Amino acid sequence: MKKDKFKIDNINLKSRLIVGTGKYKNLSETAKAVKASGANMVTVAVRRVNVLDKKKPLLMDYINPKKIHYLPNTAGCFNSEDALRTLRLAREMGGWKMVKLEILGDKKTLYPDMIETIKSTKVLVKEGFKVLVYCTDDPLQAKKLEDNGASAIMPLAAPIGSGLGIHNKLNISLIIKQSKIPVIIDAGIGTASDATIAMEMGCDGVLINSAIAMSKNPILMAEAFKNAVIAGRESFLAGRMKKNSFAVASSPKKGIIS
Amino acid sequence: MAKIQINGKKVSIENRASVFDILKKYKLNSSKVAIELNGIIVPRSLQKKKKLKNNDKIEVVQFIGGG
Repeated sequence: MKKDKFKIDNINLKSRLIVGTGKYKNLSETAKAVKASGANMVTVAVRRVNVLDKKKPLLMDYINPKKIHYLPNTAGCFNSEDALRTLRLAREMGGWKMVKLEILGDKKTLYPDMIETIKSTKVLVKEGFKVLVYCTDDPLQAKKLEDNGASAIMPLAAPIGSGLGIHNKLNISLIIKQSKIPVIIDAGIGTASDATIAMEMGCDGVLINSAIAMSKNPILMAEAFKNAVIAGRESFLAGRMKKNSFAVASSPKKGIIS
Repeated sequence: MAKIQINGKKVSIENRASVFDILKKYKLNSSKVAIELNGIIVPRSLQKKKKLKNNDKIEVVQFIGGG
């Protein structure tokens, strides 16, 4: 079999699992979970430094950005202006052009505002950013993002942090079929089997944060997701058997003792 | 002395201090943060040249855990 490669724009990734770094008990747990997940890309947020706290540990001291790709996000941004400001600062900080754009439209559902999202995608692409876009599972919006130069489409499975799993398989599969750029499920995955389902459907990758960080044993769950994504991908590549309405015996009928 | 704001906090600094001096004062590693001065990003290469004056507003940001 040809080696199964995963590439977003010009970045080759060893794992199809991307993990978030939020919600962990502490940075040491974050680092251990990232390691156990096998991911070589992590999402990170951009926030004010507490200048008065001189001993505050830094994420960069626990997860080396030279070894693991940082994907800065725009979490908490509800309009284009704030998102652009955040990502320009992120680029200055790390020098990386690949970013995760997420512009939220509603505080209760954290549902993406696609009008602001498409507007910002256009600006960022023009400025040379490689934009991975958190979006609704609407195939039309996904197509618009691709037409406007997005590097990956990242539709939600369910609302951020809900852990409800994939709620609109039809829409996700329509997006997978039409897209020429990677489709990565972002948000709403609850447990390892949800990730396997996403990968079996033909998603190029999954992005997981809460399902790992909020589990009872995040480091073990990170490993479970690593295996779940590999299993789902291999299952997709292998191609599932045909479904039958009735039983089809597995053992030969010939030679049954009578 | 000049009065400026860092991340929304009012502080007093030496006259003609540069952005780089402020990073040093607060023990911030310039390779691990990004700086905005009055809404405009200050590239690392200009941090020593950029002098601060009264009422300037600085934002200092870093990467933290996020999803």
